[in-house]
Amino acid sequence: MNNPMVWVIMLPLLASLITLAWPRRAHWIGLLFSVITLAFSMVLVYQVFNGGPQTHELGNWNAGLGIALRADALSASLLVMAMLVFTATTFYADAYFSDVNKRMRFWPLWLMLSTAINALLLSGDLFNLYVTLELLGLSAVALTALSDNRAALQASIRYLSIGLLGSLVFLAGVALIYTGYGILDLELLAQRIQAEPLAQVALTLMSAGLIIKSALFPMHFWLPAAHASAPAPVSAALSALVVKVSLYIILRLWIDVFDVVITPASALLIGILGAAAVIWGSWQALRAERLKLLAAYSTVAQLGYLFIFIPLITGLPEGQLRETAFTALVLLALTHGFAKSALFLSAGVVQHRAGHDRIADLAGTSRALPLTTFIIALSGVALIGLPPSGSFIAKWQLLAASIHSAQWWWIPVVATGSILAAAYTFRVLGHAFGPGDSAGKVLNWGREEIPALTLALFATVVLGLGSAGLWDFISNNSQFIGG
Amino acid sequence: MISEQLLFALCGIGIFSIGLRATLIHQQLLSRLLALNVCGAGVFLIFIAIAYRGETQIADPVPHALVLTGIVVAVSAMAMALALRHKLKDLNDE
Repeated sequence: MNNPMVWVIMLPLLASLITLAWPRRAHWIGLLFSVITLAFSMVLVYQVFNGGPQTHELGNWNAGLGIALRADALSASLLVMAMLVFTATTFYADAYFSDVNKRMRFWPLWLMLSTAINALLLSGDLFNLYVTLELLGLSAVALTALSDNRAALQASIRYLSIGLLGSLVFLAGVALIYTGYGILDLELLAQRIQAEPLAQVALTLMSAGLIIKSALFPMHFWLPAAHASAPAPVSAALSALVVKVSLYIILRLWIDVFDVVITPASALLIGILGAAAVIWGSWQALRAERLKLLAAYSTVAQLGYLFIFIPLITGLPEGQLRETAFTALVLLALTHGFAKSALFLSAGVVQHRAGHDRIADLAGTSRALPLTTFIIALSGVALIGLPPSGSFIAKWQLLAASIHSAQWWWIPVVATGSILAAAYTFRVLGHAFGPGDSAGKVLNWGREEIPALTLALFATVVLGLGSAGLWDFISNNSQFIGG
Repeated sequence: MISEQLLFALCGIGIFSIGLRATLIHQQLLSRLLALNVCGAGVFLIFIAIAYRGETQIADPVPHALVLTGIVVAVSAMAMALALRHKLKDLNDE
């Protein structure tokens, strides 16, 4: 039990149950437990940094019959990002929900969401991935439905049914794998997998299910409505974390476990879908009329970049170049997590203060909410990929990898996506700096603004300037790159 | 001559495909949820067919455990979908 991996999953689960039984003190329990869980996730990173990838067999049952928890550099760094975003959003949510009834329903589900995310990132076998995906989907849908209006309910029902379909298709793939290999453990599977039709069909089914869940173009249609109509802290977690962990499974399967099965054509196909997502998502974000809808479409676009990395990484020879491209992928995923959650939290502040989030009516926001406007600008910097944000370095490496692997066609896509991102960011800022007083009286300091500012600074400054540390961490401790 | 196991697995795949098709083409929520249940039943049947190891040996317990978990998840998800639908209907009636 002295393993941080166990605690990172158990603590939020425990907290979720306690808040259910004791709703009156829910916010204290939520804050306390998320801070402790954050500390444990940092301990885990420290262990991975010093001792390489970690494995923990629950109850000392060997993998195969028992269930193993695993952490390598990828899962550990995503875990810390998730816990940082989660903790900051928890502080925000404490100030955000004023309705007592809503608060009572929010806390158990919120902590359950964290349990699911952490368990998914540390899962070492396919069936556990399925269970955690379902847990994640159910708590995310319930949180979306907290908004209590028609749009939110319709979006959450749609989210639920499409999510169920995705998990069932994933489960069908898992069934095929068990038929062929008789194991579900990812590490054992990686050793035994062969390039044969059964593995290909299984991978196709699992990827199809995960593509629905991670909203890759053209399966993104459910995302904007669900993410834009949820309460602000929930939207932040959905956009920054929930879709990203499905993408994490895709990466795990495509680059790590099934790497012998992948053909260049299939990698190219997923890259093309990613490129379409970049262009389409950015274009829709530019045309969006509401700030939260803009942020949701921007998520579609930013996830597209991550998919473009797949053909690049599989196309590069093993070694330094591949390592660099892989680290850039992780850096982009982390930066987007911080930036997007900051953007959603500030959209929530604007919505609270002004009573709406229509972009065309934002005039005067910069005077009334100077700090919030600053946070929106900072997260815009990270979404566009301007220095010193982490995404600047990541996109730079993305371009370099396109040249190294002789796949130049990704370069115009990245350029167009960045220009469109600049356009939609400046459109919001342009309206916000206009004359007017729609956002109410001047407010210099808001309790909700500090968590958002912290997240935005992580995206732009910490990850940008500290990326060298991440580079060492990933390249020394990843199971991936050796293939 | 097809073995019983293969027959059941093929049935599972057939049921899964019928459910999948219905999920994709139906617009109404209730019929879509029913279709999802059919889809799930197909997957579970595949798992059960996998577990069969002939008449002399006992069946492989792992797929059975997986199906049990899957059924629990599916039932709770369906309960939630129906609850959400109920709430939406209440809002529409007001």
